[in-house]
Amino acid sequence: MGEFFSSFATLFSDYEVFSAFWVTLKLTFFSGIFSAILGVVLAVMCISPVPFFRRAGSSYISLIRNTPLTLIMVFCSLVLWSSLGVAFSDDLASNSFWLAVLALSAYTACFVAEGIRSGFNTVPRGQAEAARAIGLTFTQTLGTIILPQALRGSIAPMGNAIIAMTKNTTVATAAGVVQMSTKMNEMLENRPDLIVPIFLTVAVFFVVLVLPMGMLTTHFSRKLAVQR
Amino acid sequence: MNRTISDFFDEPGPVGRRRTLAITIVGVAAFTAVVAWMIVLLVDKGQFAATKWTPFLEASTWTSYFIPGILGTLKAAAVAIVFANILGMVLGVSRLAQARPIRAVAGVIVEFFRAVPVLILMLFFYFLFSNVLSNPLEAPFWGVVCGLTIYNASVIAELVASGVKNLPDGQREAGLALGMTSGKTLMTILLPQALIAMMPSMVAQLVIILKDTALGYTITYFELLNQAKTFGSAYQNYLPALFVAALIFIAINMALGRAANLLSRKLESTTGLAIAEEQIGAKEDLVPTDTNAAITHPPGKAKELRAVGRRISRSQVGE
Repeated sequence: MGEFFSSFATLFSDYEVFSAFWVTLKLTFFSGIFSAILGVVLAVMCISPVPFFRRAGSSYISLIRNTPLTLIMVFCSLVLWSSLGVAFSDDLASNSFWLAVLALSAYTACFVAEGIRSGFNTVPRGQAEAARAIGLTFTQTLGTIILPQALRGSIAPMGNAIIAMTKNTTVATAAGVVQMSTKMNEMLENRPDLIVPIFLTVAVFFVVLVLPMGMLTTHFSRKLAVQR
Repeated sequence: MNRTISDFFDEPGPVGRRRTLAITIVGVAAFTAVVAWMIVLLVDKGQFAATKWTPFLEASTWTSYFIPGILGTLKAAAVAIVFANILGMVLGVSRLAQARPIRAVAGVIVEFFRAVPVLILMLFFYFLFSNVLSNPLEAPFWGVVCGLTIYNASVIAELVASGVKNLPDGQREAGLALGMTSGKTLMTILLPQALIAMMPSMVAQLVIILKDTALGYTITYFELLNQAKTFGSAYQNYLPALFVAALIFIAINMALGRAANLLSRKLESTTGLAIAEEQIGAKEDLVPTDTNAAITHPPGKAKELRAVGRRISRSQVGE
């Protein structure tokens, strides 16, 4: 038993598991920020009064959300970088990191945008009518009446999109980013005797990362819900 | 019904229309500039060279790469869907069981596997089967299938449980009042209604399963993406290869998505309404006095039931 624990403990030092944890966290952080920004832009395009923007936004969403993330990841690495020479950095590791962030953000933004769009559906039409009746302009109505309510109504779907994205950081292995899933692959290859403990370690890492995010989402979507 | 900002405002007047036109022109110009820049870049890198695209005219491209790839994707997805539905149903019913230990165990299983990335599950099963199976060449297939099954079964279990909980209480009460056991009420009254209400979101889940088969790429399963990549490295044309693979994925998934929408609209117009009318009718025919009306469903319940299907189908977030 003691032998098992010592061989399990050497896994962490032999395979630099903690640096892989850290890369996963960094991927989550940057992709989260960029997909939120791109998602808001897409959502605003989808509901804008300009038909061209509406069509462009919804075409992007329906094309990207129907493409597997793995394909987008492979595309970023093999086509954007290898074939077309688009590079973010001279350093190989940081270049593939940013390519993965690009793929994750481009993909997740669709689901963030859909979440915000569903938030708009929770705002009753009378709110805008009342705002217009007291003489507010287009921008005033949008900025002070509709958007605040829509964003509060879209916390749950947006939180779910970010949680899904956190789990999707594992797909970055297809772009050559060394993070949790790459490490797990390496460890399983070399230590077939420890398959179950390795799986449980990685799985528990994600449970610990994702469950609090889910609880926070539920908490804030209830606390900030607009009472009607 | 998706609302747009324009729903919140009056028809624009002459000034508003001019402004819209100006913004449209700017937008189209920017879009065209980006597309033109991309085309220049692609021409510059020789991506439009005929040699990169003509292989698609050869039959062998399709017979030895893309069609086996599509079949690999569909095969893994189909097997995973069947297993995920069976396991999901079992877990969902366990979450509704009377016995607290069963409920707790099912709850822990569902919450755990929903939080673990599918790729992590696939890697685990892939290495497990590589060591266990007599034919290790089958390990990638079963790795993909088992990873997809466990994750999606957890999602389906949640759908089943919430579908049953969203039904009007009177359905269960009526079953119990007839002398059925709670298990029989669940199996013969509640589950059939919940399953019909969750059909559209089940079909939407198929899109997610189909997309996730592409994760098999990382564990050397020969599905569409992997075949496209092999083809791309053979002909040195990654861009056309991945482009065609993406088009195939998008076409299949859009067809499935459309089927989900049609199904949900059809259910809304047939089953949902039929149940609702039955309940409203029963209230009018059989319960003439106000005192009795108080113990039947408020009419709002019927509307609520109709909304169940729609709610469930919207609560999905693709992954």
